[in-house]
Amino acid sequence: MGILTWTWILVGTSFALYIGIAIWARAGSSKEFYVAGGGVHPIVNGMATAADWMSAASFISLAGIVSFGGYDGSVYLMGWTGGYVLLALLLAPYLRKFGKFTVPDFIGDRYYSNLARIVAVIAALIVSFTYVAGQMRGVGIVFSRYLEVEIETGVYIGMAIVLFYAVLGGMKGITYTQVAQYCVLIFAFMVPAIFISFEMTGNVIPQIGLGQAGEDGTYLLDKLDGLHAQLGFSEYTTGSKSTMDIFAITLALMAGTAGLPHVIVRFFTVKRVKDARKSAGWALLFIAIMYTTIPAVAVFARVNLIETVSNKNYADLPEWFGNWEKTGLIEFEDKNGDGVIQYVADKSTNELTIDRDIMVLANPEIARLPNWVIALVGAGGLAAALSTAAGLLLVIASSISHDLFKKILTPKISEKGELIAARVAAAVAVVIAGYFGINPPGFVAAVVALAFGLAAASFFPAIVLGIFDKRMNKEGAIAGMITGLTLMLFYMLKFKFGIFDGGKEAVEGLKSSYWFGISPEGFGTVAMFVNFVVSIVISRMTPAPPINVQEIVENIRIPSNAGEASGH
Amino acid sequence: MTDKQKNATAYWKENLRYLTILLTIWFFVSFVCGILLVDELNSIRLGGFKLGFWFAQQGSIYVFVVLIFVYIRLMNKLDKKYGVDE
Repeated sequence: MGILTWTWILVGTSFALYIGIAIWARAGSSKEFYVAGGGVHPIVNGMATAADWMSAASFISLAGIVSFGGYDGSVYLMGWTGGYVLLALLLAPYLRKFGKFTVPDFIGDRYYSNLARIVAVIAALIVSFTYVAGQMRGVGIVFSRYLEVEIETGVYIGMAIVLFYAVLGGMKGITYTQVAQYCVLIFAFMVPAIFISFEMTGNVIPQIGLGQAGEDGTYLLDKLDGLHAQLGFSEYTTGSKSTMDIFAITLALMAGTAGLPHVIVRFFTVKRVKDARKSAGWALLFIAIMYTTIPAVAVFARVNLIETVSNKNYADLPEWFGNWEKTGLIEFEDKNGDGVIQYVADKSTNELTIDRDIMVLANPEIARLPNWVIALVGAGGLAAALSTAAGLLLVIASSISHDLFKKILTPKISEKGELIAARVAAAVAVVIAGYFGINPPGFVAAVVALAFGLAAASFFPAIVLGIFDKRMNKEGAIAGMITGLTLMLFYMLKFKFGIFDGGKEAVEGLKSSYWFGISPEGFGTVAMFVNFVVSIVISRMTPAPPINVQEIVENIRIPSNAGEASGH
Repeated sequence: MTDKQKNATAYWKENLRYLTILLTIWFFVSFVCGILLVDELNSIRLGGFKLGFWFAQQGSIYVFVVLIFVYIRLMNKLDKKYGVDE
């Protein structure tokens, strides 16, 4: 069977599975809609969290980023896993004990202020919308590359599926579809990796294969460093970013991960505080399976690619090259007219432009794996994109129906009314996300990476201080969140979009004037520290929080009598 | 201070001590071994890996997973010790 037939079969089967689960796990109450009823098993929740977390970007792009960045790619590997340590140790158990439905709920109650709640709602919406647009785009791209339909059609199909199970099932439906999606995506990622590892190193475990030698007896990593040196690229295992920048980006991604609302809410769905800790452990274990494989895939793909194309006759290239040329992901421009591909670091003589996504999408073809394996990658990419999109949509829906309507605008709304509001909000959010998926504003890709900086600069300090600093009051937290968020937005606009210096063209030239040499991606670390300092200083100059709030803080520090998550 | 409060304060203190130790390890494997000392560690080899590179792309992630499971164990014991488990 051909690749196309296989892809339709695998995608069709997995979609039927998701819809079946959604019908089985409908939400009947607002509690089921927001937190899946609150009795999810910790291992199940860990798996759902892993799928929630690993987005289209993790699945499709990350191996490519590491493959082209080498050591520089470590920031994502450490940043997106180390954040779970912060989440497990500093946030998840206490937020679970607190026992509400959303992150703005915590901020609003802990800081006894609707202003704080509104700031948190706005931050949650900014972070989630920028992120979800990228997911819908991812769905469209996978459809167009594997199933040969228009990107728009792909986005519509994705919207329909997500609409169906997120609106119908709420958190309950999402939880169980995410479990299925984790299984699909991890299988789809591991199978090609295992095949390729065995082919190149003789070891079936990619994590070990990465440290072994290829057929010619040289260690793969040494070989790659050698190839890079020959072609003029910077050494794979040392990279090119400054230590300061690597440090800042890693920390911003870690704190941002711990502060992402769609990840935090998953810990409200388990029964007890100890289950929240346990699910964080399982979630990271499930994520680590993929994240430790990514660097291996990156190296295998890079070696394979260079050996297949570098200094080869264009006419003699294998079939996949032509296939992917058609999609524009790989382009050959014969600058010196010799019909041979010169792939080198020097931009003026380099003849090959490669989109980094190809490292995952075309990798199985480059390694000549069977058709069903190639098709599997498409189903896996869709699972990754859909699971993250659904989690984000739920945050958007609950921010609007619960935090905005129930808590601020119409406190008297009935349970039924709230559930309807949540479903309408989810449906509207899907449509908006779909719109951005079809008409991606140029800034989406840039902003997705920065969503972490924003989360690190706003939520992370406010939540950590809310738990660990009993003296923290609303004045301090609000001032901190607003300063952190504003500073981060300013830095982003200045250095990522060049708004104050004449627009996009100025961005390259501004690189030398980065503060402390830190790029916008890493600036969340600075903004986060500013938030911490501002919060602490202001809180010490203003009155202590009321006694009942101090009691809340004492109470969330002790696991017993967690009770169930409630909206009241 | 009532006995209950004393108990809660003592529990919290021990919890903070665990956090300090575990987060020190978290910082050490990623920021120290994987970033600050990466060049020095790269002169040591672990099979086909340079050690600093291995910490940055493999080792730190393994340690993170172990850290959380150690934390789960420690806290379950601590909860029992202070009678605050569920």
